[in-house]
Amino acid sequence: MSIPLEKLKWMYETMVKIRLYEETMVQVYMEGKNPVFNIGAGTVPGEMHLAAGQEPAAVGIGAHLRKEDTVTASHRPHHNAIAKGVDLNRMTAEIFGKETGLGKGKGGHMHLFDTDVKFSCGGIVAAGVPHAVGAALAAKMKGKDWVAVAFIGEGAANAGAFHESLNLAAVWKLPLIVVVEDNSYGISVPKAVSTAVPFNAERASAYGIAGFYVRNNDPVEMYRVSEDAVKRARLGEGPALIEIETYRYLGHFQGDPEVYRGIDEVPALREKDPIVRVKSLLVEEGVSQGELNAMETRARSAVDEAYQFARESAYPQPGAALEDVFDLAAQ
Amino acid sequence: MSTVVHRRLLTGNKAMAEAIAQEMERDENVFVMGEDVGAYGGIFGSAEGLHQRFGAERVRDTPISETAFIGAAIGAAAEGMRPIVELMFVDFFGVCMDQIYNHMAKIHYMSGGNVKLPMVLMTAVGGGYSDAAQHSQTLYATFAHMPGLKVVAPATPYDLKGMMVSAIRDDNPVIFMFHKTLQGLGWMDQLDYSVGHVPEEEYTVPLGKANVVREGKDVTIVGIQMTMHHAVEAANQLAVEGIEAEVIDLRSLVPLDKETILNSVRKTHRLLVVDEDYRSYGMTAEIAAIVAEEALYDLEAPILRLAVPDVPIPYSRPLEQAIVPGVKEIREAVEQLVRH
Ligand SMILES: Cc1ncc(C[n+]2csc(CCOP(=O)(O)OP(=O)(O)O)c2C)c(N)n1
Ligand SMILES: [Mg+2]
Repeated sequence: MSIPLEKLKWMYETMVKIRLYEETMVQVYMEGKNPVFNIGAGTVPGEMHLAAGQEPAAVGIGAHLRKEDTVTASHRPHHNAIAKGVDLNRMTAEIFGKETGLGKGKGGHMHLFDTDVKFSCGGIVAAGVPHAVGAALAAKMKGKDWVAVAFIGEGAANAGAFHESLNLAAVWKLPLIVVVEDNSYGISVPKAVSTAVPFNAERASAYGIAGFYVRNNDPVEMYRVSEDAVKRARLGEGPALIEIETYRYLGHFQGDPEVYRGIDEVPALREKDPIVRVKSLLVEEGVSQGELNAMETRARSAVDEAYQFARESAYPQPGAALEDVFDLAAQ
Repeated sequence: MSTVVHRRLLTGNKAMAEAIAQEMERDENVFVMGEDVGAYGGIFGSAEGLHQRFGAERVRDTPISETAFIGAAIGAAAEGMRPIVELMFVDFFGVCMDQIYNHMAKIHYMSGGNVKLPMVLMTAVGGGYSDAAQHSQTLYATFAHMPGLKVVAPATPYDLKGMMVSAIRDDNPVIFMFHKTLQGLGWMDQLDYSVGHVPEEEYTVPLGKANVVREGKDVTIVGIQMTMHHAVEAANQLAVEGIEAEVIDLRSLVPLDKETILNSVRKTHRLLVVDEDYRSYGMTAEIAAIVAEEALYDLEAPILRLAVPDVPIPYSRPLEQAIVPGVKEIREAVEQLVRH
């Protein structure tokens, strides 16, 4: 196995943290929405798109990223944020709409901005890709070896912004890596109904850049492919497109009736869980049960602490709604 | 002797879908496309049951390619088809606004009236459930500002059906805005007024006609969609204080029914305009300007307006509640108007 053990351990612990985070959110999101589900009610109102099952995309490339590298993500951002090292307490507080949140409660779950680790995401499909192009352009203009990674879903790969961005990054040879998380659906629409080619990775050739397809939600393969792409981007060799076949265990959003897929589909996907697979790799490498337990406990405490921090934080004062439209300090 | 009034209650979304189904039966050129309009029936139920009934050829799930499929609706309409195309949330207009602003709105004019675009762009608007800055806007004025687009925003199941039929039959491009909270969906706020009487037989409600939903002599309140319903509730509360407010449901931004507004103001001499859109350069400003131009001397108090105070829609519940006008703000504004 070609992954340094320390990296594999980081991937494992981060995947566990992501999974616990999302599973906790499933519960918390339902607080105040029982017995009658109302999307606007409860501890965490609004839409909630969770990424349980999609951890490999985030950690496979995340293992190669540094603080100075930029990540943009989609409406399903938690796994990408956690792997980038976004402040979990402030992220959770943001999702709770609290004043201690990353955006003082103004952004919410789809709009997380952590400038410390250069992470952002948004609710408009594919909109983050050009932002990553811009970050890559800035890195190049500043003479840094920083890279920018844009995470999108396979549905987003049919948006104009995706294609325009790849062409722009290719023609300017920017250090951009676009990661397409192929979870088979854009809400209810299967990939085959929306996309004329089976693999978005093939579309890379239209822009003269490298394209990779990672099968089976495989974190190790994702790590390997990303290592190469990130290295080449840092060396100024231009962008890459990585698509990973991944699994969405939950609905498109919490509350999704999922009428578009059979009831056996998710249990079959869960059988191939990537976290279990990485754990057995660690065991094969001789990592002790005690150490695995310690990693899991650390992940659990980080998640618990984040939710507690969010719960205990105060809501913003209503008047704060009028602030932050413009930067007044700059005037 | 008592008369039995047969009431056939439908939610907003079912009323819309029924209108579309009836028009699809009537005219084979009518078809639907958009994201998740197939098996899912539209995220906000606007196409419920249509795919099952008419099949994938006439009810088309699209890729997330709004420029392509809204542009395609324009091209198909120019060929004499009558496409109904869904932009899932109005907030996503940004990725396809060239097609809407520069083509859908202008082709009829630029062609000297030779090219007709009998299409409907239906789109979900509105907030109030913490969906934050990119999923909660109404953007009424953004669309109403551009010449060449009819822009309607019905507020009741009856009007949703009748105006959808009119929109489909109209030879002009129509932006049909439906309010998420008025669709009567099981997973949102359950509001009495999102369910209402809808006759099964086909009927039309004209585009461009406002509706006086409550008569009163002391003050005129103009609202649209949720703000109209809030205004009615506020008016009912004000009646207890002895203030009789007349409430106008605008229903249509373009064409705008000036006469109904002016007639009301000439009677009440006081005007409050309430909007769930941004304040500046918006619907409230437009109506205030029209009344100032045409009925200034009928006014006994300065016009008041309530709208989102020029900030993006914040996520956190207390912040959103602070900026979207509700019943309380309307009541206070009316009290201020009549004291004047
Ligand atoms: C421009 C735009 N169009 C449509 C939507 C509505 N929408 C939100 S997520 C989504 C599906 C995205 O699918 P995919 O890119 O595969 O990501 P996934 O949800 O599977 O993670 C759609 C259509 C949107 N947010 N923005
Ligand atoms: Mg997807």
